[in-house]
Amino acid sequence: MTADQPERPEPTTRESWRVLLRSLRPQARPSHLLVGLLCMLLGFALVTQVRHTQSSGLSALRQSDLVQLLEETTDHSRELRGRVAELQRTRDELASGTNQQQAALEAATERASTLGVLSGRLPAVGPGVVLTLNDANRALAASAYVTVLTELRNAGAEAVQVDGRRVTAETFFLDGPDGVLVDGVLVGNPATWLVIGDSHTISQALEIPGGALALVRSQGATAGVRVADEVEITVTRTPRELRFASPVEAGS
Amino acid sequence: MIAVLGLVVGVVAGLLLEPTVPAGMQPYLPIAVIAALDALFGGLRARLDGIFDDKVFVVSFLSNVVLAALIVFLGDQLGVGTQLSTAVVVVLGIRIFSNAAAIRRHLFKA
Repeated sequence: MTADQPERPEPTTRESWRVLLRSLRPQARPSHLLVGLLCMLLGFALVTQVRHTQSSGLSALRQSDLVQLLEETTDHSRELRGRVAELQRTRDELASGTNQQQAALEAATERASTLGVLSGRLPAVGPGVVLTLNDANRALAASAYVTVLTELRNAGAEAVQVDGRRVTAETFFLDGPDGVLVDGVLVGNPATWLVIGDSHTISQALEIPGGALALVRSQGATAGVRVADEVEITVTRTPRELRFASPVEAGS
Repeated sequence: MIAVLGLVVGVVAGLLLEPTVPAGMQPYLPIAVIAALDALFGGLRARLDGIFDDKVFVVSFLSNVVLAALIVFLGDQLGVGTQLSTAVVVVLGIRIFSNAAAIRRHLFKA
């Protein structure tokens, strides 16, 4: 190596510059030509390498680097594919969740309206019968009213109204001094029953021999049944707050 | 003079000919260039020390280039080519810096 030479006395700056300038003078010794050739080779290789590095991206890399790069890219794309699948799953879940919620909401709304009619909370309209009990002598007992109501329910009546009072599961009939009380209020005369349900079945059920209307007539009152295409029950009542019973959770 | 002339001619030839690097030489050329640069700076320093010798320069130049390429080749065969070429570049870089520092001291006394 050129640096491993024996020590010489240190030359001054001026001498150094002179040496440098002297070496720039043309000298035509054969060994200098060899040095020049090597320098030419160096310049050539330098430029070649620089151009090569600038022009090529991946092709300048060695095989192991390329393999590593390929692996990284593959890993990355696999990761991204996983993410895509995950997000798609989440999206599907969300979409189906929305559908389920909507279906549940519709079912709940439908049930609420059904229960509202049955419990007397909502006004109702539909085909049915209008039953008129004319009891001028106040001869009818509360039990006759109960028999009529039971007969109506057996025949599938969905909503009942007696003389302006909505009849539900809580309704009671009572024998009073002046006549029958419905929920504690005296029934007028004639008493009008509005019934929504299968009008044919109901009218048949009321009129069967030995049935409800036969009992009413045997107690000295008259009864008239009129089938109507549209009976409108507008009276509602608010169900009592439950004090003792509480619903059992479904599925428990 | 002839050395500088040769360098300039080489650069111009490289620019004009636009050669492509053969695939087999691709990993070795950059290391060889660095090694040659090291030899060049070493020669310049020796020149200023007054101990420059053509023969020594030619031999050191060629042996530097061949040895650097050989080390990288060996590293490639052992599977540590990247690391070993980094090591060679670091060592040669340090040598270039120390040579350049010696040249600077000669010319500027600083």
